[in-house]
Amino acid sequence: MNERKANAPRRSDLLLIGGLIAVGLVLTAFVLLSRMGGQGDSLTVVIRQDGEVVATLPLEEDAVYTVQGEDGAVNRVVIEDGAVYMEAASCPDRLCVKQGKIRYAGDSLICLPNRVVVEITGQDDLGLDAVAK
Amino acid sequence: MRARRVAQYGLLIALAMVLSYVESLVPTFFAVPGIKLGLTNLVVMVALYRMSSRDAVIINLVRILLVSITFGNAFSLMYAAGGGLLSGGVMIQLKRTGRFRLQTVSIAGGVAHNVGQILVAMALLETWQVSYYLLILWWSGLAAGLVIGILTAQVVRRLPASLFGPGTAAERDGDGKGDGK
Repeated sequence: MNERKANAPRRSDLLLIGGLIAVGLVLTAFVLLSRMGGQGDSLTVVIRQDGEVVATLPLEEDAVYTVQGEDGAVNRVVIEDGAVYMEAASCPDRLCVKQGKIRYAGDSLICLPNRVVVEITGQDDLGLDAVAK
Repeated sequence: MRARRVAQYGLLIALAMVLSYVESLVPTFFAVPGIKLGLTNLVVMVALYRMSSRDAVIINLVRILLVSITFGNAFSLMYAAGGGLLSGGVMIQLKRTGRFRLQTVSIAGGVAHNVGQILVAMALLETWQVSYYLLILWWSGLAAGLVIGILTAQVVRRLPASLFGPGTAAERDGDGKGDGK
């Protein structure tokens, strides 16, 4: 029983883990690039409910938008000083509120229980930014 | 033999539920839902390496269902199922090839689990705008898979043979040769 040899990582192990790390790095680069690409002056806040766009607001203008759900679900989205955050939500875990402020293209606030998605998109969606969707 | 199997299932599923509960006590430090260690995967992997693929599938399904009913809701059931089934499938296939160590199988399973959850999220939310989460969950799945893999390797090595069958040396090292069913 050569225990030592059996415990050493094999070529196949290293290949698989290396592959997973490589894909992770590509993903990281992809997301970072798409974020930089969308960082223009004219960013838009898109609010979706059940996959449907319910509001499109400019990121520059301060605003408060309240998303009303069918069963009394409420999410209050606040746009302030070029950043968006979820001020209040009726969902039990309130993870969307805890996510804090977002300000870059590609960022999103997601409220799973109420199925509300708030995302920032660049108005000039070119190249990577468009592909990332 | 049949009673023995029922007892083994009961033991492992109870353990999986306790681990789920323990994990739910840890507050979400991160703003991204889904980052967690996945302690219950330890139980599924023990079943995979000390019992059989079939046993692992059954225990995986039952624990997903029971944990979601007990601690979660319809949404968490869908997420748990998406993650659990994909990671279970990936781990079984990788182990079956007999070319990967247990830790490697666990890492791939961790990543697959989070990819499965992202796929469910994409389907439920009808949006592709989850690339940011995929990025974070990819790395967290890798890290969690590594930790769980190291833990599982120790558990599988130390479990008494009288409890879950002997488990050959090759099996313990992740050769997958003991699973020729």
